[in-house]
Amino acid sequence: MPAASALAGAGLSPDPISDLQQLTEYPFMVNALEAGTIVAVTAGAVGWFMVLRRQTFAGHTLSLMAFPGATFALLLGLSAAAGYFAFATVAALVIGVAGGAQSDHGGRGQVSAVTGSVQAFGLACGFLFLSLYRGVLANYESLLFGSFLGITRAQVLTLAIVAAATLGVIAVIGRPLLFASIDEGVARARGVPTRALASGFLLLLGLAVAATAQITGVLLVFALLVAPPATAQLITPRVGLGLALSIALGVFVSWLGLALAYFYGYPVGFYITTVAFAMYVIARAARAIVEHPTFLPGRAPVADAGA
Amino acid sequence: MSPGSHLLARARRAGDGDGDEGLRAAVAADAVRLHRAQARIGREVVWSEVSVTIAPGEFAAILGPNGSGKTTLLRVLLGELALAHGSASVLGVPPGAPKGAIGYLPQRRHFDPGSRIRGVDLVRLGLDGARWGLPLRRLGAERVEEALELVGASAYARRSIGHLSGGEQQRLLIAQALVSRPRLLLLDEPLDSLDLPNQTAVAALLARICREQQVTVLLVAHDVNPLLPYLDRVVYFGAGRALAGAPRQVITAEALSRLYGVPIEVLHTADGRLVVVGLPEAPAQHSDRHAHSDRRAHSDRRAQSDRRAQSDCHADS
Repeated sequence: MPAASALAGAGLSPDPISDLQQLTEYPFMVNALEAGTIVAVTAGAVGWFMVLRRQTFAGHTLSLMAFPGATFALLLGLSAAAGYFAFATVAALVIGVAGGAQSDHGGRGQVSAVTGSVQAFGLACGFLFLSLYRGVLANYESLLFGSFLGITRAQVLTLAIVAAATLGVIAVIGRPLLFASIDEGVARARGVPTRALASGFLLLLGLAVAATAQITGVLLVFALLVAPPATAQLITPRVGLGLALSIALGVFVSWLGLALAYFYGYPVGFYITTVAFAMYVIARAARAIVEHPTFLPGRAPVADAGA
Repeated sequence: MSPGSHLLARARRAGDGDGDEGLRAAVAADAVRLHRAQARIGREVVWSEVSVTIAPGEFAAILGPNGSGKTTLLRVLLGELALAHGSASVLGVPPGAPKGAIGYLPQRRHFDPGSRIRGVDLVRLGLDGARWGLPLRRLGAERVEEALELVGASAYARRSIGHLSGGEQQRLLIAQALVSRPRLLLLDEPLDSLDLPNQTAVAALLARICREQQVTVLLVAHDVNPLLPYLDRVVYFGAGRALAGAPRQVITAEALSRLYGVPIEVLHTADGRLVVVGLPEAPAQHSDRHAHSDRRAHSDRRAQSDRRAQSDCHADS
């Protein structure tokens, strides 16, 4: 969005304080930063559990539900956000119920088959809604790749409510969810309702994804939903620290991406994704060096401190 | 609910704290009791007419060929599968009721290197994993440490579990099952996928826990030999029925021949091991996988056919 950079002037300066002042000069940018922060916190927390549960495929499917969601909203003249949330919720319920029933018999393969079927059907519905609309889907680019321009106060407020609800639920179900994610059989034997938790978590994931997609776009949701949690889990196997780190990294990625987009004027999705990916690659490389110090010339192997 | 079960529930709540020896004696119910029980999965009868009694504090093994219903018994005791006929009680109450009083270790399931969680957190989940809400106060840190010490896992409990060996993971999982101070420990093949020294060590560890902590231990095993020095009782499944009793009474040619209805031999090797020869194949058996599976090669002394038993004996000597 070159318009933003024209407003901002000459890019990042050596003085971070004046950069921050410039960044928050315009209300649209304040909205974008607030929305980016809210979304990053939600995605960091929910994504940490998603990576732990190895449900990125379900997350991906839920993110694509923004397409039928947006086109359906267009058809009915509703706001795109309402469509996102509605379709992500319905898809999460279908995957949770059908997948949960299947997992008793067919195991994880069946769950991913259900997820894949939901994904294909959702995209097909989106295409149908688009052709029923008989018009052109305006700014489909921002649907797919995200935008930080034109985020309204109402949107920020909606995101804040969704985020507060999501985080509140995570706080309540966090421990049993962790137990069920790591050790489902034992958790069930101890009275943890593992199936209800699995469906409930998919719902949270649907909400988090629908919220995140409004900033990063449908295709780049994973920049905030996977990269920060995966990086955090590479850095520490501790639960509390990992969650906090995942959220902090998400906020960092989101802010840096927005600032770069503001000052240099290329799409925000690209910057957020690039920063997140770079962070993950660095953590991965650092991990490899810690675990195999002999890779480095001239260094004797040292014992793993165990984080 | 009977008056007795209320009493037991109260005793169990009181027993959550320390010094529950007296209460434990007061609630002198059998740890496990099955009377003429029949289990079905779908329409298929897995076993029937099974009567088993295991007293508190006993160390017992569930034996038998693959597919004979050993894990099914654990599912019944956990309350995950209802009996078709007969009755069952666990710690004096119906199965499924005493959740906090049972430590359970499912058939393993190995944590791969991608499992980024510390052993100590895994053990802690055994204590508070079923609780809702934020862990605002760190409860039971000393109990976690105590359980880790008991299984000898303190040294590596703060490393990521995916990077530990199978034996180390198994010790942490036993600590997780123990940390809630259960009165009954149910373990499904805890020795499976361990190498021989670790099988011996884990068997000795479980026996020590059974004696020192006065926990009833009931485990499913493929091979009775690592456990033989410690066992009070065995439950031998086969031919849709089961035989329960002291190991020297059950693992005999006469008793097993009667159970299976075909002649069975029990050989005693010079080093005190038992080799059961001539067990019929269970219907669900994949007869050829043993030839290529070194995972089971060492645990196959229970020997499903004469030919295999003999070759195993040679391999051992």
